[in-house]
Amino acid sequence: MLFTIQVNNRKIKAEKGETILSALNRNGIRIPTLCRMADFSPTGACRICVVEVEGRDRLVTACSQPVEEWMKIRTHSPRVITARKTIVEMLLSNHPDDCLYCDKNLNCELQRLAEELNIRERRIRAKKIKPRLDQSSPAIVRELSKCILCGRCIRVCEELISANSIDFIGKGSKTHVGPAMDRDFNFSSCIHCGQCVMVCPTGALHEKHNLVEVQDYLHHNDIAKVIQYSPLVTIGIAEEMGIKYNKDFDRTLNSILRRIGFNKIFNSGVGTDICITEIAGQLLERIKNETEDPLYISACPSWVKYAEQFMPDIIPQLSTVKSPQQLTGGLIKTLIADSSGIMPEKIFSVSVTPCMAMKFEARRDGMMRKGISDVDSVMTVRELARLIRLYGIDISNIEPEPADEPMEGSSSAAGLTEISGGITEAVLRLVYFYEYKNDADKQLFKRLRAGGAFRETSLMIANRKIAVAVVDGLTGLEKLRAAFNAGRKYNLIEVMTCPGGCINGAGMPFAMHEINIKSRRKIIYQADETDPINLPCKSPVNINMYDKYLKENEVLSDKKVFYTHYIKRNVLL
Amino acid sequence: MTTEIDTILRNYKQGKRDQLIPLLQEIQEKAGFLSEDSIVEVGRYVGLSTTKIYSLATFYDEFRFLPAGKIQISVCNGTSCYLNGSKAVIDKLKEETGLLPGQTDRDGILSYDIVTCMGGCNHGPVICINGEYYNNVKAEQLPDMIRKLRYIFDND
Repeated sequence: MLFTIQVNNRKIKAEKGETILSALNRNGIRIPTLCRMADFSPTGACRICVVEVEGRDRLVTACSQPVEEWMKIRTHSPRVITARKTIVEMLLSNHPDDCLYCDKNLNCELQRLAEELNIRERRIRAKKIKPRLDQSSPAIVRELSKCILCGRCIRVCEELISANSIDFIGKGSKTHVGPAMDRDFNFSSCIHCGQCVMVCPTGALHEKHNLVEVQDYLHHNDIAKVIQYSPLVTIGIAEEMGIKYNKDFDRTLNSILRRIGFNKIFNSGVGTDICITEIAGQLLERIKNETEDPLYISACPSWVKYAEQFMPDIIPQLSTVKSPQQLTGGLIKTLIADSSGIMPEKIFSVSVTPCMAMKFEARRDGMMRKGISDVDSVMTVRELARLIRLYGIDISNIEPEPADEPMEGSSSAAGLTEISGGITEAVLRLVYFYEYKNDADKQLFKRLRAGGAFRETSLMIANRKIAVAVVDGLTGLEKLRAAFNAGRKYNLIEVMTCPGGCINGAGMPFAMHEINIKSRRKIIYQADETDPINLPCKSPVNINMYDKYLKENEVLSDKKVFYTHYIKRNVLL
Repeated sequence: MTTEIDTILRNYKQGKRDQLIPLLQEIQEKAGFLSEDSIVEVGRYVGLSTTKIYSLATFYDEFRFLPAGKIQISVCNGTSCYLNGSKAVIDKLKEETGLLPGQTDRDGILSYDIVTCMGGCNHGPVICINGEYYNNVKAEQLPDMIRKLRYIFDND
């Protein structure tokens, strides 16, 4: 039901049941917010969004107050502006103020608010919070002195990820955010998905940097610098650098990386193709043996850690195939080392991913061979963008170059795996192709491409029914459990921690808008429509891999490089 | 220890969080403090993560996470006691014991807490040692008091 309210002496239409903020936003009136996150329960904690409602003594928070018919609202009266400014001044009163050295510099919401509200002097002085730096996690760094206690990370961890790893500890001026028993992060149930980093308005949470390490190694002449980047990284770099993405951009990225000083450049899509092929193989074998238990895809490292902690019973059902990053890393240290005559220990292998948990995955047990890790250093898209800027490379004026032989190019199905449901679709397409020798109709996978945290479909291939389920964001596990309780059976289950898949990953540029995620999805689907090599078994690199290298190369022949193992984790849940 | 928690847990509904605070209070009463194990147990029983239970328990001053000492001192830092100089008492305790509020010394003899009000507002600062109340405490008296108590416990 629509009705009219008065805002700043103008009439606007509001809908019954919505908050003041959503009515204002729909009518093009912008007011600042801080603790609010769209699609999450409002807390009204920061009070930045206060407005004046005629007839009410106190200012009300627009983000949580439902709009009512009689309301006359003033959004930018002197009283409101003073209140907002004072709130930000108080937040700044005990803030470290080391913006120049802060990770979120230029991306900080507190900084932006201070600028918007025209704060030019320190009016309120308070004792600074005692610095506490927690660098124990392989992926996420906590700087407690920069925390403004907005609680966004806590809500994301609870409502979006359902890991419940962090919460407020203590009360009053001693309140801080931390994991159980106020331990350091490495002891906690954190699954390193990094969604808390994406919503943190300040630099209190940020990724652990490997950039300096990579920079250091770039100057070691006796070491071969090898880099792999996942198919989504090109889209992320284009976004971060503010240029329009085109299909040729991954070739441009190759030449950028070569100019920075990397000796060999590969696309992790090669590993993804192997990952798809191996999972399809495991799936077919399970169907042949009529195994009742489902096969869980293990490409998402956050999900793997989640399963190891919260669902140890399913560990035997987790696919033992490594993730694309680790597969490519393993190949770099074996096949590439062999073919170019470099000792594996003389290779520094860097990976660029849209994911934060990959930093953790690279350090996992079972991700190395003879004491040499598959991947030595993992950078996010944001870190790579920093590296490109540091080397002063003019990204708009550079000749595209191919990646390095013998792993040049991958199928478009590899790109698809960056979207939730994509890896399942790719596996099914491959299985279908094995059987019928032609491409499956896209309509068959319509339900996998739909929205929602839990999707399922089934496919008849060679008179056998293959039932699959896709859990898009860990909140979908609840629905999976319900489906199991209702007696449903699945052959293949994909779980992605970040809703939407890797396109919403925590290593991508800070994008607060749905639009960016949508455009990433569109680019990947479009690339898949037009690419003739749309399956791993059509990619020359992948064909070569299985027909030639796997047979000829001694180390690769037993495929041990492709597999890993999982353990039950004892952490405080 | 675990069986003790189990018997307490049995009096509460599984999977229901509405009785969480009384439950934690009962455990603390029996065990003297909330151990990590007990928090994990409670979390599993009530269906909440350890983080959430710890978060709730740290909000209230009454819960402690280390076993209390044989000599347990509570110092009031409520408004009246504060105005009467409880800060000096707390500072003296810190200096004398080398402990922070909520901590217990290594031999497990001494521990102290800061509480908000013990109902003796007109006699502040009030401290309570093992259930016995002392009014109008002055910081200078503390070293002597502690020495006497230690002597008693050492020769017990």
